[in-house]
Amino acid sequence: MKKNGKPVWGLLGPYTVWAFVFIVVPLGFVAYYAFTDNSFSFTFDNITRFFTATSQSGDSEVRTYLLIFWRSLKLAFISTVICLLAGYPMAYIMSRADSRKQKIMMTLIMIPMWMNFLIRTYAWMTILQDTGILNGFLAKVGLGKVHIIGTESAVVIGMVYDYLPYMILPIYSVMAKMDLKLIEAARDLGCNSYGVFRRVIFPLSMPGVLSGINMVLIPSVSTFYISQKLGNGKFFLIGDAIEGQYVANNLHFAAAMAFILMVILIIMMALIKKFTNGMAYGGDTE
Amino acid sequence: MNKIIELKNISKSYDGVKVLNDINLDIYDNEFLTLLGPSGCGKTTTLRLIGGFEQPDEGDVIFMGERINDVPAHKRNVNTVFQKYALFPHLNVFENVAFALRERKVPKDEIEEKVHEMLSLVMLSNFSKRDVTSLSGGQQQRVAIARALIAQPKVLLLDEPLGALDLKLRKDMQQELKKIQKATGITFIFVTHDQEEALTMSDTVVVMSEGKIQQIGTPIDVYNEPVNAFVADFIGESNILDGVMLKDYKVKFADQIFECVDSGFGTNEPVDVVIRPEDVDIVKPEDGMLKGTVTSVTFMGVHYEIIVDVNGFKWMIQTTDFVDENENIGLAIDPDAIQIMKKSEYSGLYGDYSTYSDEVEELTEIESGELDISEVEGTEEE
Repeated sequence: MKKNGKPVWGLLGPYTVWAFVFIVVPLGFVAYYAFTDNSFSFTFDNITRFFTATSQSGDSEVRTYLLIFWRSLKLAFISTVICLLAGYPMAYIMSRADSRKQKIMMTLIMIPMWMNFLIRTYAWMTILQDTGILNGFLAKVGLGKVHIIGTESAVVIGMVYDYLPYMILPIYSVMAKMDLKLIEAARDLGCNSYGVFRRVIFPLSMPGVLSGINMVLIPSVSTFYISQKLGNGKFFLIGDAIEGQYVANNLHFAAAMAFILMVILIIMMALIKKFTNGMAYGGDTE
Repeated sequence: MNKIIELKNISKSYDGVKVLNDINLDIYDNEFLTLLGPSGCGKTTTLRLIGGFEQPDEGDVIFMGERINDVPAHKRNVNTVFQKYALFPHLNVFENVAFALRERKVPKDEIEEKVHEMLSLVMLSNFSKRDVTSLSGGQQQRVAIARALIAQPKVLLLDEPLGALDLKLRKDMQQELKKIQKATGITFIFVTHDQEEALTMSDTVVVMSEGKIQQIGTPIDVYNEPVNAFVADFIGESNILDGVMLKDYKVKFADQIFECVDSGFGTNEPVDVVIRPEDVDIVKPEDGMLKGTVTSVTFMGVHYEIIVDVNGFKWMIQTTDFVDENENIGLAIDPDAIQIMKKSEYSGLYGDYSTYSDEVEELTEIESGELDISEVEGTEEE
């Protein structure tokens, strides 16, 4: 990219055009639709509707969309934590394995991603159904049945399954690049294995953890298909709500929800970044 | 002097290749000891055995009278300055230096005091808040030294610590390391492939080759009295000739009989003869013990390096006298300039200077991985 030390900006041309036409312009449209009514005159109604619309749930009245949004955040957060707890050790072990084993592990992680997302979700339906593979197996070994499909757990299982590779890969790539001499240096300076991990490996892996969180949390918050299939449509998520409004040709309200979701995610990512920066670089300083 | 470390009959193999072969070495308190040898000679492995990063297959590592083969690195009272410093990129200068003390849960004020003491020892007092990645190579080097010394180890291990620095900075750091060693009284074990560095810094030089110790001695000993052709060739420039020890104090080489100062060899025992280039005097052809023709003259600043063909054997001579190419000269050699060595497995491996050139030597060093080209180019900003 550099000629005589100066970046050749011209090379960015194709991407710039792409980004403008397919990212900037559509985002502009989203914002435009969010703040207009059906006759395209300016309004805040779509936004206020998101925060104020209510519906009847049992005996009480609830704020429909806030509840949906809260549920989306909760399930996405649980999925992200599970992905992190499962993915971090996996990434660490993978980065320390010999290169042949690393390749095998990498392939195993990637294989599910070669299959279509919808098919994977259907596969989970057949596993988790009350009369599905899992319950068949439990019955065979003499254990009682479990009811998973149509619960929040089923939705979380689906999300973890789909997004786990996106947690493992960025953490792995940071860990694999880590200078092993740093680990020796920490041992040399008196750290046992736990100390080496706490004071060197973990802080240095933070950039990978951060991008893993980004890559799992954001798609989990806005996912819509998994909840419909594995939640039996009982757990409407914000993605489902947007899709529903869009299908019902309610474009302005769909755009408003997408817009709000985007703003909230940006704020969340900024907070996470701020918080983890402190952990990575201030862990030992006062 | 107290023995601080003893290596006893140590052998070590990787994948069936023996990298250390029956190493025996005593290291004393307050000593500056250098492990010197070409790459692959086992010097770094020896250092890692002492640091606790490797375990010997056979033999014992003894530390202050105790066998420590199975003591892990973090429990040894030994610290290391790593080859490329291995500073923690997520911590600033202060925290890098404070690392060992924080692990020991030393009180804050004490850490503060010790870190500043160490930073002033390595002349980086004003750098404590700096990011280590923003420092020059020489500054990073100093941080690495301060970080290793703060735990007050009995022994400091230095793994080619100056390898990545440019020549001038390297010379300064040599002096400074020596000064720090004197000031702290800590035993330094220094690994290098640079013979000049070894000679200028060390109290004791351990010359290694192919996993074996070739010679242990003071710099003056190993230079003046190399035990075999390998040591003679590796340390400084040498003319190494085939000779025969006729009897005590009489040696024959280059078809001439010379007086020498060595004795104790068998009658007519074949030997290797070493004569250092600076020990040969140039005289008129008729006065010389040997006669030859000058084939090349190189101006080196302080002296000329000339190659002289004596009956087909190319000698190197360093002289301040000017001679011309193709001139016929005589060579005079004093008895005490002649060093006699027993024949060894290295005899005959090191020929004369017929193919000698600095460039070739440098290229082979790069090829063998001793010099990293990127390092040679250097990025020093001091």
